Amino acid sequence: MLQSSTSMEAAAQWAPPPRPGSMPELLLRIARERSEAAFRELFDEFGPRVRSYMRRQGVDAATADELAQETLLTVWRKAALYSATKGTPASWIFTIARNLRIDRIRREVGWQELTDDDADTIPSEDQAPDETVSAVQRQARVQAVLAELPPEQREVVVLAFIDGLSHAEIAQRLSLPLGTVKSRMRLAYQKVRSALEDLQ
Amino acid sequence: MTASLHHHPDGATLMAYAAGTLGEALSAVVAAHLGTCRTCRREVRLLASLGGGLLESLGGEALPAPDQSPALPGDAPPVTAAVDASDRMPAIIQRRYGLKLGDVPWKSMGPGLAFHWLPLTEGIPGELRLIKVAAGRSIPEHAHGGSELTFVIQGGFHDITGSYSPGDVQDVDGDVAHTPVADPEGCICLVAAEAPAEFKGLLGRLVQPFTRR
Repeated sequence: MLQSSTSMEAAAQWAPPPRPGSMPELLLRIARERSEAAFRELFDEFGPRVRSYMRRQGVDAATADELAQETLLTVWRKAALYSATKGTPASWIFTIARNLRIDRIRREVGWQELTDDDADTIPSEDQAPDETVSAVQRQARVQAVLAELPPEQREVVVLAFIDGLSHAEIAQRLSLPLGTVKSRMRLAYQKVRSALEDLQ
Repeated sequence: MTASLHHHPDGATLMAYAAGTLGEALSAVVAAHLGTCRTCRREVRLLASLGGGLLESLGGEALPAPDQSPALPGDAPPVTAAVDASDRMPAIIQRRYGLKLGDVPWKSMGPGLAFHWLPLTEGIPGELRLIKVAAGRSIPEHAHGGSELTFVIQGGFHDITGSYSPGDVQDVDGDVAHTPVADPEGCICLVAAEAPAEFKGLLGRLVQPFTRR
């Protein structure tokens, strides 16, 4: 909970954050028991992070508060849709925050769905019995990949995922050709894919 | 169908989609492809975990509790059209636009070529179109101000970049000029562009005036 407020601007100096190891369990307790105590913990843990994310999109503090609160309330309402086999709680909360950002800040229609297994006829995978453990391991693996990304690749990834910049906007911000931004993205994508694909 | 897919969105495109920065038109085509491609669905999920990992690394002051109690009733179900699974139109397009493949009000753009524009949020750059090309016909050679993504709904086409079948996505940069030719059974595609296409040549100049809304 004592999270350093170090800015991600210094993407080159990456230090893995202290990891809230109990997050998958919290989310499952919210889903299964509707535990308000678990929600309170999750809110305290992720509220500040989601607000920082919203602030990075360029909205004022009051709007960022509102959007962060709405993100966390959506977590409460839709916790039953969370499946530990589909990713970490953080990645699920990220997708909720991202979809809200597309809808409210960019005011576009978002095509990204919260769950992808109702969109087609392919059955979803069975829930693994050790889902909590696997979600914790997943978090550690994701942090390891981020730590291993070369700084110039991490920089474009952070600008896209956290600052919400398009490839063209990143190129402008960094005074780089668009093709360079895309090739750095592609390299980062390949690294992430090869490092994490066995998790799926 | 998944096993026969050969063409997927570029890695940089999937990254932008997962980050939520791809834009409305291009995202629609990626979403249509994800409906048929389990591999890309998994990868988009992996990339969301990247966003989650970055979110974990952010700090900040405590967020004040909302005025509302969390014990509210759930969201009202989103208003979306029913999906007919037997229709070839991607489910996500059916849901958003309530449009089946047989019901598309095609607008003829010349012999063997018809378009139908799908509306985007007002003021959003780019365009989203359904394109129907008759057997052996081509879409006039064109280049783009930005990326173009093409999802094959039915039939197929080929051009200098390869051959495309249902479920495939062609992901081309703005500087690639190409002339897609429809396969013998014709072709129906969902096409998104960051900027309207610029057509070349005589036929292209004839088509051009009609392609601007």
